[in-house]
Amino acid sequence: MNDRGVPLLVGRDLHKSYGPTAALDGASIHVRAGEIVAVMGPSGSGKSTLLHCAAGIVPPDSGRISYDGRELNAMSDVERSALRRREFGFVFQFGQLVPELTCLENVALPLRLDGVKRREAERRAAGWLDRLEVADIAHQRPGEVSGGQGQRVAVARALVNRPRVLFADEPTGALDSLNGERVMRLLTQAARESDTAVVLVTHETRVAAYSDREVVVRDGRTRDAELVA
Amino acid sequence: MSIGQAFLGLLESQPRHGYDLKRAYDERFGQGRPLHYGQVYATLSRLLKNGLVEVDSVEPGDGPERKRYAITAAGVTDVERWLGQPEKPDLHLQNTLYMKVVLALLTGRGAADILDSQRSEHLRLMRELTRRKTDGDLADQLICDYGLFHLEADLRWLELTAARLDDLAGKVRR
Amino acid sequence: MTGRWTADLIFGARLGWAGGRDGWIRTAMTAVGVGLGVAMLLTAASVPAMFQGRHDRGAARDFSASIGAPLAKSDRTLTVRRYETWFRNSSVYGLELQPDGPGAPVPPGVDRLPRPGEMVASPALARLLATPDGALLAPRLPYRMVGSIGADGLIGPDEYVFYAGSDRIAGREDVYRIDRFGNPGGGPEELSPMLALLVVIIFVVLLLPIGVFIAAAIRFGDEHRDRRLAAIRLVGADSRMARRIAAGEALNSAVLGVLTGAVFFGVGIQFVERITVGGITVFTSDVSPDPVFAALVALAVPAAAVGITLLALRRVAIEPLGVVRRAGATRRRLWWRLMLPVLGLALLYPLIGQVGATGGRLANAYQVAAGAILLLISVVAVLPWLIEGVVRRLRGGGVAWQLATRRLQMGSGTAARVVSGIAVAVAGGIALQMLFSAAAAANTVETGQDTARAQVQAGFGPGDGPMDAATITATFRAVPGVRSAFTVTQFYGVDPAAQPSASGQPVISVLIGGCGALAEIAVIDHCADGDAFVVNGRGEAGAQGAATPGPGQRVRIGDVEWTVPAAVRPALPGRDPLGREAGGVLATPGAPGVAALPAANVQTLMRVDPAVPDVYEHIRNASFRLSPDGYVNLLQSTRESDRFTTIRKSLFVGLVITLLLIGVSLLVSMLEQLQERRRLLAVLVAFGTRRATLGWSVLWQTAVPVLLGLGLAAVAGAGLGAVLLGMIGEPVRFDWASMAGVAGVAAAVVLLVTALSLPALWRLMRPEALRTE
Repeated sequence: MNDRGVPLLVGRDLHKSYGPTAALDGASIHVRAGEIVAVMGPSGSGKSTLLHCAAGIVPPDSGRISYDGRELNAMSDVERSALRRREFGFVFQFGQLVPELTCLENVALPLRLDGVKRREAERRAAGWLDRLEVADIAHQRPGEVSGGQGQRVAVARALVNRPRVLFADEPTGALDSLNGERVMRLLTQAARESDTAVVLVTHETRVAAYSDREVVVRDGRTRDAELVA
Repeated sequence: MSIGQAFLGLLESQPRHGYDLKRAYDERFGQGRPLHYGQVYATLSRLLKNGLVEVDSVEPGDGPERKRYAITAAGVTDVERWLGQPEKPDLHLQNTLYMKVVLALLTGRGAADILDSQRSEHLRLMRELTRRKTDGDLADQLICDYGLFHLEADLRWLELTAARLDDLAGKVRR
Repeated sequence: MTGRWTADLIFGARLGWAGGRDGWIRTAMTAVGVGLGVAMLLTAASVPAMFQGRHDRGAARDFSASIGAPLAKSDRTLTVRRYETWFRNSSVYGLELQPDGPGAPVPPGVDRLPRPGEMVASPALARLLATPDGALLAPRLPYRMVGSIGADGLIGPDEYVFYAGSDRIAGREDVYRIDRFGNPGGGPEELSPMLALLVVIIFVVLLLPIGVFIAAAIRFGDEHRDRRLAAIRLVGADSRMARRIAAGEALNSAVLGVLTGAVFFGVGIQFVERITVGGITVFTSDVSPDPVFAALVALAVPAAAVGITLLALRRVAIEPLGVVRRAGATRRRLWWRLMLPVLGLALLYPLIGQVGATGGRLANAYQVAAGAILLLISVVAVLPWLIEGVVRRLRGGGVAWQLATRRLQMGSGTAARVVSGIAVAVAGGIALQMLFSAAAAANTVETGQDTARAQVQAGFGPGDGPMDAATITATFRAVPGVRSAFTVTQFYGVDPAAQPSASGQPVISVLIGGCGALAEIAVIDHCADGDAFVVNGRGEAGAQGAATPGPGQRVRIGDVEWTVPAAVRPALPGRDPLGREAGGVLATPGAPGVAALPAANVQTLMRVDPAVPDVYEHIRNASFRLSPDGYVNLLQSTRESDRFTTIRKSLFVGLVITLLLIGVSLLVSMLEQLQERRRLLAVLVAFGTRRATLGWSVLWQTAVPVLLGLGLAAVAGAGLGAVLLGMIGEPVRFDWASMAGVAGVAAAVVLLVTALSLPALWRLMRPEALRTE
């Protein structure tokens, strides 16, 4: 249904166990440039693990992940870190902002990690805070802002380095409906404007409705309607 | 659907011509099914007869659409009464989805397949509503959210039912 | 009322056990931390008994009480001859014993006197002789081992002691006749006020950081505890009950800590005999803490635990829904913190110039200790203020720096608390080092020996047998590692014509040696065998106005009369490697009449290659082969008071142990903090944060407070040092090198802590921490 060329990110037949429990048992996912893919399923089905594997945070026990033609498994930890720093962005459910840094500094962090000068990084970060409608809390610390504001700061941080893929793990999980809607609207808007693909892990259908396509995970296996040949 | 109360509500914000009234209604509540003119004027004349609206002014020219209607004090009271009155909860027990699940169970089919195909269908509509909501004004947002929450409720019920049935099937097999 | 108190305390104590795995770990960590501190305190409390035991046994085997008046030979007397040698850096203390009759005294630790040709040895010496290394010493102990010396005959467990039986020493000149061992009045003299001051300060400097450490240990896992208390508040406890419950918990871990400390101490002293501090080892039986002090520790530590906990809780509001820290609300005030050093100085200042460097006792020990404690404690008081003030102004820098400084800005209290231990130790260490360098200057003697020209001196007396200088030189030269050796024979003669006066007869020194040897002693233009020289120098033995003899001068040496050869030439005086100035007559062996001279003292000076293993042992063995009675000395350019060296070394060891202990608490708080932030760390890793960045931020986060602490410690330590130097009337000098040394050890501890916390950081950075939900 969506034909926008070859997939950017492909994970195929992924297996991953934590101790005796298999979190992934043959899951697959593919993401094309600029598309928003929802990963759905009941809690404990392996959604988050699929995201962690696809993003190169956790190496799978078996299976292959390729990003833009490169095998993630074949990369060193240093290379994968650099890839995540430059090409990926991340939003989690909670506890992701560094509590000691101001919101502006938090957003500037990925740029600074990649060697951008502080002044320049904070200038760009301020622009993103503005886009996500949280410019007013730039100099406050995460402990002093509301959950919805914090989550929008996190989205700004995830997008500040203009990633090609944004990984969002239950980004609205800790928010009420209104704030959740607002975060999703801003997130998808910003992602579409910068042609960033989004992998959106959620168990809420209303949140998944912001996607172009869904992948359902159950018991560590995926039912992807259109598996890539 | 009480078109009369909707008209009263629209007129309370400002007096309107019959044609404006129809357009405002279609925009907000029409959901792709615009009112017929006949329906509009039948309703207006019923409201006139009951003293809930009055003709505010008549512009020169001919044709019924030259009349401008305004709400009366009795009309305002009626709107208030209507808004304050709770709607009878409508339990869609005869829903087709429910029928399908029950039939699947009776015929020994899995509920998960129904869930999956229904979810992707629901999601298709929900995406459509989400898109309209993002592009539209407040009224669009409200109406789309209404639909979205209901669709989500369907899916959540379906998910729970599927999980229950799987659970039950597991117990039976053991 | 008391019933409620008790109930809450007991409930708190039970929480320490019942708090699940985390609660249990926290209790255990505190107990181990407090236990380590308590063990150190008990060790410190044992030091007096330790020295008393060593002193008592030293006095018990001392035989000098019999030496004063010569004893007549009887059934109950014993002839003893001291025999001392060295093995590597340890001295070997030996006595040759020859009983005059069956009632002869027996030294402590020995059942019966060894028979001629037999010896009894200390266990340490016996072990040494059984090893391959012992073969280097064995030739010098040509006796059959028949038994060992018991612990009551030894000062410490690793002492090398032997008693050998003999039937040949009676009648010699270098023997004593004694009728008993033991000299109650014997042993080392009382400490001089300067040394007493040092000891007082050492105790303060070592014990204070331990106190700080115990205080830090009691607060291990504070935040965890506060969260638990919040939960208890939620189910209906009021804030006073929460406080009492916390106190009960602290009491529980402190009591447990005291018990743990007792166990550590009890187990530790089993190994104490294997530990050498500054060349000193002690017997397990010597380590018994002063009972009063031990009781004080057992009571004070739990009391302090409760006090510290209640004090710490004053800065925290435990509400049912969580913990509110009040730290940020109140800016730390400076004035009361500055009162402490002012008070300390006020106590110490009147004593300036009042403590005699020699003579008398240290009368104001308590005043000195109190002043020093106040000055050092002020570091603990001022540091949080200083860190807070400085950290608030830090900005800019890289990501790691930013993360670290921002973290410190949010709350520097924990950091200050942990670092203050290090700062106190370093401040004390610096003060002590200053005191030490002054004392060292006062106690170190320049020997005048030139260790570049010769490193070993060997010598034999005339009674040691017929000694031929050429044989001696050849024997030593044959030892591997000896690069050169020269031997001189020293005669002292008198002018037969001169009349003895009240001040004694002028002594004429005559030195016989080869041309090479003479050139080491005096400035000689040219020389051949048969030549002789006169040197117009002071001469080592010529202090009593030795005349410079001229040609034809007659000199009586023993029974022989010798004439200074007519062909004698004048030479300029020089200094030999021992720093002695030659004077008198220098003659080559071929000079007329020299061959007829009697036996005399012979000295050989050697240059050695110190890289050759055990070259000194081979030289000692060669000397022993030539004559068992010769001596071998190693040359030193300076000589320190032995006791001084020991104190200095023990101080350094104590300081290192203290700093390591504090390093442990630094490590614990760092790990606690990392554990608390594991989710955040995992998120940062997901972002692609380099490990190095996080590692650096951990380093900065530790290093910034430590650097500030060290700076403050340097100021406080130098101040205390200056005051202490003023007290003993020494000029104030800053010993930059040793200040750097102490600070370096502290810095090394910080690096060590960071290095040790890195594996935990790497582990926590593993993305598994993301799956907490």
